[in-house]
Amino acid sequence: MSALTASPAPIDLSQGRRVRMSRLFRVELRKVTDTRAGMWLLIAIGAITLIAVTIFLFAAKSSELTYENFAAVTATPQGFILPVLGILLVTSEWSQRTGLVTFTLEPSRGRIVIAKFLAVLAIGLAAVALALAAAALFNVLGMGLANGAGDWDLGLAGARDFTLLQLMAIVQGLAFGMLFMNSAAAIVLYFVIPTAWSILFGLVSALEDAAPWLDLGTAQQPLFDESHSLSATEWSQLLVTSLIWIVAPLVAGIIRLLRAELKSA
Amino acid sequence: MIEVDGLTKAYGQHLAVDGVAFRVEPGTVTGFLGPNGAGKSTTMRMMVGLTPPTAGSSTILGVPYSKIPNPGTYVGVLLDASAQHAGRSGREVLHLGAMLMGLSESRVDEMLELVGLSDVEAKRRVGNYSLGMRQRLGIAHALLGDPQVLVLDEPANGLDPAGIRWMRGLLRGFAERGGTVLLSSHLLHEIEMIADELVVIGRGKIVAQGSKEELVSASGTLVRSLDLDTLGLALKQAELEFTRTATNSLIVKGTGEQIGRAAAGVGVVLTELRPADGAGLEEMFLQLTADDARDEVSS
Repeated sequence: MSALTASPAPIDLSQGRRVRMSRLFRVELRKVTDTRAGMWLLIAIGAITLIAVTIFLFAAKSSELTYENFAAVTATPQGFILPVLGILLVTSEWSQRTGLVTFTLEPSRGRIVIAKFLAVLAIGLAAVALALAAAALFNVLGMGLANGAGDWDLGLAGARDFTLLQLMAIVQGLAFGMLFMNSAAAIVLYFVIPTAWSILFGLVSALEDAAPWLDLGTAQQPLFDESHSLSATEWSQLLVTSLIWIVAPLVAGIIRLLRAELKSA
Repeated sequence: MIEVDGLTKAYGQHLAVDGVAFRVEPGTVTGFLGPNGAGKSTTMRMMVGLTPPTAGSSTILGVPYSKIPNPGTYVGVLLDASAQHAGRSGREVLHLGAMLMGLSESRVDEMLELVGLSDVEAKRRVGNYSLGMRQRLGIAHALLGDPQVLVLDEPANGLDPAGIRWMRGLLRGFAERGGTVLLSSHLLHEIEMIADELVVIGRGKIVAQGSKEELVSASGTLVRSLDLDTLGLALKQAELEFTRTATNSLIVKGTGEQIGRAAAGVGVVLTELRPADGAGLEEMFLQLTADDARDEVSS
């Protein structure tokens, strides 16, 4: 409450500075961690990563105890939780109505979307880093404790595929969150639609050939493959299914978010 | 300064806000008064760009809100004190705001102290706050960026009488330092305590605006009678303008003597005859709130 001038002049727009993107980004990142739900999800990602590699250490044959395999076992459990973080980062603006504050402090909703996008990418990369670090630690433990093979050859391609998988998952979560604007609906549909879709392709034999072009899960299979060398066709299939399942919901979600009316009740 | 010009919001066929226009000058506390559902919140959301208007425009400090760079440092907005993440602490809510606006952490402490939230209370989750505490937190958040304009939707809702008195002092002080304040309420007595200018809205339209003194002392005489219909006819013959209220009285533009003579002429018994004082505003407000009275308003 410092001094106010007697008659405030109209704002000189050329003088004003917009909120810097780095600040919006840091605020969005912090919003992931500063609630109980968010904190537990982050703890869960850490815990589930460690549990996965621990179980693998004791359950797998010693010849299978390689860096690559340790990294691979974290991918699926992490892939369950990362999208939920992405979903909640958007839907809480509606379910908790914090959007009233968020979008008044930064009226450009597009910039908030960019900040949220960067925040989920950062979280996805952090999860990948954690997984690779845990895999390295357990690969060493595997050699010491269980006479593990201890191969280190994940390679750039392997790291790339693993990173791609996790980032696709969390960005898809963000997209579903924006599209449905409701935590429960977005989370349920995120898990139900692809599963139902996969079952459909499994049941109807006529669709089997089309599956890699229409089903994201099928198209992502080569990313799990040890060779980590996708053919041109496989890249195209990954691109097409990503357009359908990630980019299209993302675009539709952004359009919805930019147009939505924010109500208090 | 706030300027609202012909703001209109249609939901399908329903006009939630219909050509609302008013100005709020620096140095004043202006009350935006109207019953629930009259269009106050919708108007305020349009003013800060959360709801796209169907027609019309508004500016704050001379520019549309969405064009204001880092708007939190010019305009303090509180639209719904309960619209905070239940899982965040009060301090964390302010911390996020300060981070976004680029303010120092000491500003958070200052605001917590200003609104009287203790260290212990600030560390509690907002989900455990009473409505009064949420309002205090909301006011703290609105003032965080040291703004020149405040836009507050129902800020006194949930405050006890002492809290309302505190808010009056706070907003009056803000206005005296040249600030502009617009606050809404659906309670006349609340707004009478805090505001010095009034904008009254009903069913999406502005029905009255002016200084509180003007509106409260709107001239007239209140009269009650055992036979209002006959009295009404007599008043018409005497060429005295009047409005019939929701509570079965007439507000007449005339003196007690004029009314008494008109009543005596037709032999009608008067049960009450007195200057209307604030009754004009109160009656107008009651009419707005009582849907049944809709047809009686203009009789």
